[in-house]
Amino acid sequence: MKHPVHFVDPVKKITEQEDKMPTREIAGATVDVNEEGYFTNPDQWTEAMAAVLAQEEEIGELTDGHRKVINFLRQDYKEKGVMPSIRRVKNAGGIPTKELYDLFPGGPLKKSSKIAGLPKPASCV
Amino acid sequence: MSEGKIKKVSIVCSKGSLEGVYPALIMANGARMEGIEASIFFTFFGLYAILKEYQDKIKIATVGNPAMRVPDAKGMALPTWMGGIPGMSAFATKMMMKEMEALDIPPIGEFIEMIHDAGGKIYACKATVDMFHLSLDDFCPQMEKVLTVGEFYELSAGAEIIFT
Repeated sequence: MKHPVHFVDPVKKITEQEDKMPTREIAGATVDVNEEGYFTNPDQWTEAMAAVLAQEEEIGELTDGHRKVINFLRQDYKEKGVMPSIRRVKNAGGIPTKELYDLFPGGPLKKSSKIAGLPKPASCV
Repeated sequence: MSEGKIKKVSIVCSKGSLEGVYPALIMANGARMEGIEASIFFTFFGLYAILKEYQDKIKIATVGNPAMRVPDAKGMALPTWMGGIPGMSAFATKMMMKEMEALDIPPIGEFIEMIHDAGGKIYACKATVDMFHLSLDDFCPQMEKVLTVGEFYELSAGAEIIFT
């Protein structure tokens, strides 16, 4: 006799979660974020929001060095459609790894992409 | 085991093949990307990964590697006699490096540099250094110190020790 198997459709579950996408108020606008606070729509980002996010990520005041990273990340994401790896930031972006870690200590790529209004980096490198 | 977020990892790299070295490097780099303190302790054949003359000559094991499949990961299992053909290991290494480059995984020398620049610490095992009759000149510039196992344990206080 076959036991009826209770099958939970994983795709349906994820879609249901996406329908209830959280939002947040920042710098006078409402933006869509995922459950970790990363922007789901990078076009909603503004420079003013970066300043707020930088404070939240304990980076403090953004300098030109920070902005160079943020600009590269945004530009590269727009071109490639995927988040660059730290290696790409070093080679294509011209930002040495040591500098990146000094600018955004404690999880540089995660922090800089959050501040830049981009998705969470998915690379293992 | 400690509770909560991992703060520090101490990775031991004891193998000298490509597939033996990379896991240690990826773990160390990944730790630094998460803001976790990391050190790698290279011992035995793992030492070749930090010797400047040999670090970019590290190969895939094509003999004695029962998991090796050709021409791709879902292909036929490579028989031992075929894996032993001169040049086979170099060829397999070349193919693997091509795949890694496509995923932006750097060659070993560059990877060690990145890990060091990210604040990771690179150490060598004194017993192996003595056994292989090596001197400090043989090492890449990122190697910080030659340690005994006791010193390694002291440095790893409070860390998760990961053996690869």
